[in-house]
Amino acid sequence: MANVISDETIDYVGILAKLDLNVEEKEQAKKDLAEMLDYIDELGELDTTGVEPMSHVFPVHNVFREDVVVNGDDSENILKNAPGEKDNMFLVPKTFD
Amino acid sequence: MAKEYETVIGLEVHVELATKTKIFCGCSTAFGGAPNTHTCPVCTGMPGSLPVLNKQVVEYAMAVGLATNCDITQNCKFDRKNYFYPDNPQNYQISQLYLPICRNGHVDIETESGVKKAVRIHEIHMEEDAGKLVHDEWEDASLVDYNRSGVPLIEIVSEPDMRSAEEVIAYLEKLRQTIQYLGASDCKLQEGSMRADVNLSVREVGAEKFGTRTEMKNLNSFRAIQHAIEGEKNRQIDLIEAGKEVVQETRRWDDNKAESYPMRSKEDAQDYRYFPDPDLVPIHISDEWIERVKAAQPEMAPEKKVRYKEEFDLPDYDIGIITGTKQMADIFEETTAICGNPKKVSNWLMGETLRLMKETGTDPEDLSFSPKHLADLIAMVDKKEINSSVAKEVFEKIFAEDIDPVAYVDEKGLKTVNDEGALRKTIEEIVAANPQSVADYKGGKEKAIGFLVGQTMKAMKGKADPGSVNEILREVLAQQ
Amino acid sequence: MSDILSLTAVELGKAIKAGTYTAVDAMKAVIEQIEKCEETVHAYVTIDKEAALAKAAEAQKKIEAGELTGPLAGVPVAIKDNMCTEGMLTTCSSKILSNFVPTFSSEAVINLEKAGAVVIGKTNMDEFAMGSTTETSYYGVTRNPRNPEHVPGGSSGGSAAAVAAQECFFALGSDTGGSIRQPASYCGVVGLKPTYGTVSRYGLIAYGSSLDQIGPLCKDVTDCATILETIASHDPKDSTSMKREDTDFTSALVKDVKGMKIGIPKSYFGEGLQEDVKEAVLAVAEKLKELGAEVEEFDLDHVKYAIPTYYTIADAEASSNLERFDGVKYGYRAEDADELHRMYKKTRSEGFGPEVKRRIMLGSFVLSSGYYDAYYLKALRVKALIKKAFDDAFAKYDIILGPVAPTTAPKLGCSLSNPMQMYLGDIYTISVNLAGLPGISVPCGTDKNGLPIGVQMIGDCFAEKKLIRAAYTYEQAAKEV
Repeated sequence: MANVISDETIDYVGILAKLDLNVEEKEQAKKDLAEMLDYIDELGELDTTGVEPMSHVFPVHNVFREDVVVNGDDSENILKNAPGEKDNMFLVPKTFD
Repeated sequence: MAKEYETVIGLEVHVELATKTKIFCGCSTAFGGAPNTHTCPVCTGMPGSLPVLNKQVVEYAMAVGLATNCDITQNCKFDRKNYFYPDNPQNYQISQLYLPICRNGHVDIETESGVKKAVRIHEIHMEEDAGKLVHDEWEDASLVDYNRSGVPLIEIVSEPDMRSAEEVIAYLEKLRQTIQYLGASDCKLQEGSMRADVNLSVREVGAEKFGTRTEMKNLNSFRAIQHAIEGEKNRQIDLIEAGKEVVQETRRWDDNKAESYPMRSKEDAQDYRYFPDPDLVPIHISDEWIERVKAAQPEMAPEKKVRYKEEFDLPDYDIGIITGTKQMADIFEETTAICGNPKKVSNWLMGETLRLMKETGTDPEDLSFSPKHLADLIAMVDKKEINSSVAKEVFEKIFAEDIDPVAYVDEKGLKTVNDEGALRKTIEEIVAANPQSVADYKGGKEKAIGFLVGQTMKAMKGKADPGSVNEILREVLAQQ
Repeated sequence: MSDILSLTAVELGKAIKAGTYTAVDAMKAVIEQIEKCEETVHAYVTIDKEAALAKAAEAQKKIEAGELTGPLAGVPVAIKDNMCTEGMLTTCSSKILSNFVPTFSSEAVINLEKAGAVVIGKTNMDEFAMGSTTETSYYGVTRNPRNPEHVPGGSSGGSAAAVAAQECFFALGSDTGGSIRQPASYCGVVGLKPTYGTVSRYGLIAYGSSLDQIGPLCKDVTDCATILETIASHDPKDSTSMKREDTDFTSALVKDVKGMKIGIPKSYFGEGLQEDVKEAVLAVAEKLKELGAEVEEFDLDHVKYAIPTYYTIADAEASSNLERFDGVKYGYRAEDADELHRMYKKTRSEGFGPEVKRRIMLGSFVLSSGYYDAYYLKALRVKALIKKAFDDAFAKYDIILGPVAPTTAPKLGCSLSNPMQMYLGDIYTISVNLAGLPGISVPCGTDKNGLPIGVQMIGDCFAEKKLIRAAYTYEQAAKEV
């Protein structure tokens, strides 16, 4: 029953989550994740056959906007918090791929 | 003996919808603004911002689904597709995985060499487009513009039903025609409002199992698609023949080098962790809503073909060209409605228009002259106010700049001279100056009259009606 | 001047209207109190005294001109630091937003400002609202004003502490799994988590989008109803915002519970519940019974599954919601990272604290390929069962009554070393969020060490008025003793 989290799994989740954990953090994360998963596994005790997964608690649907332009040029505000900016664009490090 | 291979192709086609605003915010979708001038907190992923769905996106997606014989998913919803990239401001794209709006459709295609088949559509889903990333040489870094971020897309996913580049082109042309007719998108490959990713595998002829497929991206013209299919087919066959394995991967096609490259990165786990977006509520599509969208559908190409045949009695080939794009069909119908002469309109479209399109590399969807001006031109020719060579010259101006032909002819003094006295005087002078031609004509050389007509037209600076010139010339000659 | 601080928000509003005090008097008194208490309590991350005084003066002018007439006009308010405030630093108590100044305000704040309330500053919280003690803040811990050796609770610990320490007249908090009710209980103030969709989430920096709700932390039930009436609105910018016609919550401030049916879930009083908390909560039930309510014990199903269900759903949503913090558009960006993916990882690893990373890791895992069905979908199915259990209960009862938390406020530094233990403390509050229900925490005494105890009343969806009536009735009766 008890979950064991491998180094590979932690590295993989780190790639997904874009988190770099040091050796200590990794060990802690393996332990924490395993412990939480053991706990979550208790949900397996409940028979949920035929139960629809509930994303929204209320049966609200069809919330729409009309197709009308309401926004103008807000680029000054949009770029106000940018860590890097050039020519009215966000400046980011290049990617190697 | 060399083995024979079959190519198996499925397509993922992205189409930018022709809405005025983005899918989840009230920013304009117009092309060409300065960077980030069509953005707001929602489409730049500002903390605390929330999406609200543009209803028109649902209607366009339904219209395309119905026109491609899909089932509409009457209870559909949006999911988040999680991956990190700077053009994706939230680092998740709002898309549909679990309950796409349309499923199980098909389109009928016919290739140039006459192959007819149905290509099945697996699904059509709605999603948001990403921003644009450009490399900055000076900074050796990237710059991000979110003007396109949140522009609505539909992705049309076919089944692996195509077997050649020719079929792929026929399928894409059919999709493009259908979507343009619906007004759901302008479907311009070059500008990226229609983009195709090609999933391709090869297998020995007769084999039941599909081979391992690759996905090719960055195909922005029919030519590139054709090249990429040929190139990838050969690459895979070479691998198999050499006893190697085809790797399932995404590849980027470089049309200049005619080669493709794998797009892999170890930072790219291809595990998108899709889950229903809690910020958006489900969409319920009632039967009534489907009926409303169906009823609003315009007459499509196949129906137009039948009607044109009955109503206008045009040749099949011409009908095919004219109904091939909505823009052409619209020009034809509107011009005909004004001038009441479908044959002449068709002649102008099939003749001069096609010639000029070819000469200038203009796509049908970019035709921009007004039917009124073409109709005016046809009327002027009918009334013999201008002759046909002047008309062609004027049409070039209409085609390029959509000038008003009546004003233009007036201004440039291109009207046919109908002053019979002046014409007769000119002809008499020409006849007097060319005794040899007159003698030839009298001696039975009918061709000699052509020379005299030409001389007359030249003297009249082209503004004479050739019919009248002929008539008067014969009279004058008879009197000699 | 000194007793101005002991007024409730509504009392202050009346006094300002009557001319007894001005909005500027109120703000000055609050600032003085902040200067006195902040060193110990540390309820705030950001305070802009000058701007607050200027806004108070402006509000006062409008009040005198008759343009602002509402009950909260001129009243100083503190805002939890996960709600965007235009032009004012908004950090979520995280390093990753240490320099983020929003260019728009959240809808709830706009509604308060329209009503004339004056924002003092932004209150401390657990980083990104992940925690139950306000100890995971990047900007240091907040202490419980009732006893500075103890935590104020969390994640809206700064808001609860600011109200309790009279460093504001009321505050806004957000509640994803108990983050308003639990700190209200620990600090001895009133806190209400409204029905999901009652207050717009636009401008609230999301933790678990399907669970988050903004609500008031305040001095009494009258303030609570008044504030809720002000911040509740149907917002077309929030697709999950509800259209409600019944937001005249102050009309429910009626001292009468005759015939009201109150259910007490037996499992809420089992193992792990501190004895004096149990006694205090049951005494509330007894009191309401004396006042004419029908009180009955019952079995509420699936209580023990609420915590794993909650952490699966909340962390999955959080892992996605927090992806946007990447050093590209705003906030902290790690230096010396010249390649994109290295920049992402460095920024996020340096920018997020351990508890946030823990939840992002779990959330990413339960959504990852091969685990989605077994974990995430399973949790959504159990959520449906939990909702059904409440539906069944509310077919019989008007409200459900129980403790807010198993214990009173723990000592500082005792909780974070064992996250699992900390998560278990959310047992009574968490299922309310899963089912979208309203819940209120009302002070009901103190434990043997003098730390406040809160009683929780839970209502059916959209039944805030019943909660307010029951809470008000108890509060008034308790005053009379």
